[in-house]
Amino acid sequence: MARMVAENVSVDFPLYHGSARSLKKTVFARAAGRLGEDSAHRTVVQALRHINFSIGTGDRLGLIGMNGAGKTTLLRTLAGIYEPVAGRVVVDGSVSALLDTQLGMNPELTGRENIMLRGLYSGLSRPRIRQLEEDVQEFAELGEFMDLPVRMYSSGMNVRLGFGLATAIKPQVLLMDEWFLAGDARFMTKASGRLASVVEGAEILVLSSHQNQAIAKWCTRVIWLDHGRVRADGEAKEVLDLYMGQQQAA
Amino acid sequence: MLIQTRGVVQGSLARDLRGGWLILHAGREKAWSWLAPWCDAVAVRQWMEYRPEGMDQALDPAASLLPTHMEVGTSAPAGATTGDRVRQAMADVAGGFGLWRLGLTLGWLDIKLRYRGSMLGPFWLTISTAVWIGAMGALYGLLFHQDLHGYLPFLALSLVLWTALGGLVGDGCNTFLQSEGTIRSMRMPFFVYAIRVVVRTVIALAHNIPVVVVVFALFGAWPGMRALWCVPGFMLWTVDAFAVCIALGSLCARFRDVPPIVASVMQIAFFITPIMWQPQQLGKHNWWLKLNPFNDLLEVVRQPLLGATPSAHIWEAALAFSAAFCVLTAMLFVRVRGRLAFWM
Repeated sequence: MARMVAENVSVDFPLYHGSARSLKKTVFARAAGRLGEDSAHRTVVQALRHINFSIGTGDRLGLIGMNGAGKTTLLRTLAGIYEPVAGRVVVDGSVSALLDTQLGMNPELTGRENIMLRGLYSGLSRPRIRQLEEDVQEFAELGEFMDLPVRMYSSGMNVRLGFGLATAIKPQVLLMDEWFLAGDARFMTKASGRLASVVEGAEILVLSSHQNQAIAKWCTRVIWLDHGRVRADGEAKEVLDLYMGQQQAA
Repeated sequence: MLIQTRGVVQGSLARDLRGGWLILHAGREKAWSWLAPWCDAVAVRQWMEYRPEGMDQALDPAASLLPTHMEVGTSAPAGATTGDRVRQAMADVAGGFGLWRLGLTLGWLDIKLRYRGSMLGPFWLTISTAVWIGAMGALYGLLFHQDLHGYLPFLALSLVLWTALGGLVGDGCNTFLQSEGTIRSMRMPFFVYAIRVVVRTVIALAHNIPVVVVVFALFGAWPGMRALWCVPGFMLWTVDAFAVCIALGSLCARFRDVPPIVASVMQIAFFITPIMWQPQQLGKHNWWLKLNPFNDLLEVVRQPLLGATPSAHIWEAALAFSAAFCVLTAMLFVRVRGRLAFWM
């Protein structure tokens, strides 16, 4: 049984490298009201505030909200990449986060080497890495490009490789950012079956997206994030209607 | 230079000739996989084609070694006790060692990548060190009328050891920054990146060892069995190396001004540490060598390899310095581990 619990999760982003206050003002003007100070009086962006939810096997959670509402940060926090400043995340089950097409790939390494690394990252044994390689090679139609550095790939090959790799390892808890649903029509036809098998294979799905149809299609529960806080949380349809209503009003 | 069309096949065919030689030993690919960094694609392909039993195991999550439980609490002082934070840091180190295969491969690929497309590959390290030692030996022998017989073995060994030490310190600055993409896209023990840098340094050092061996042979400077005492010295170095990667890696991620400071400190350290010159040349001024921790660390490895036994004094100083450094690093890591991802 997979389970994922977020208890009162708050995440702050320190602003170290933006030196001038004026820069902070311009860049983060949008995040109005979210600049704060931590205990050491450093300026921080309060990326997430008091997020609470608990999901279990069979749950399909959608995250919606404007750009900068904290969707991706929440995914990263759930994946254990960012550590909260308060609260905690508990996950029972293997977690895999599909956050961007590159998935930490090294563009200088060949496709084959990147696949091997990905396999090692996921703790696969050598024969299973070999299997992963065959699987991805077949899906991504890389052919001879397998032994060329990834930076030489066309953007299509890049997406196929990233997608193939990300969907080859099937976790119990799948965290997915919306890029997975973006792609040209031909690619999506090919990818949808594979994506569906991973999504349906996962016991828990957390999907962040701007595309309301995608959320409506995949998710049973939706959390609407606004300025790092939960604005609404409930049945997919209810929250989506509320969200779209607000969008139209704005 | 890589060619994108049919040329690739030709190119890898040429390399396949070397691979063919490997295939002759097809039953023992594992034994040959150590050739991987300088056989480029061939050895790796060889490795990939190694099909032990259990090949058809399905890619199901239960069989994956992905952790099936994860708890990410805060390590902020407000929400976590010191005990919690120490446990989190220790779990990170243990997890890093658990992924040693990954650390090894990352370090290995780094070396491979650095010399990709070059014919001699990492043996350029060997050659450049040999040229450097040859030139320095000739010049200093001439300038300072040193007896090359005693001086050159000392110089060769010192330079090779310092290259590793200084290289590690410089490289250690990028321990985490270099892996920014991975750190931001998946949860991974930070210690893996330290293993990566240490492995890289060890491989580079291994390529320089032949130079020392040749110089020793030319000048008949065999240290004898006493050389084995360098093993505990190297063990101390390894522990310190992990600490250097963690400490400098964290500091440099947070304060981007640290790498140039480190570079200039190491430059000065190179001159004030007996590498180009021998400790006895200092005469009665040698008291200030005691203030230089690099000297003690160097001596615990260098003296046995030159056939001498380091004094208890030197070992004490090296151990004390290492212990202090490791404790400080541990304290730093406990404190900053949870923030590292935000600094990328």
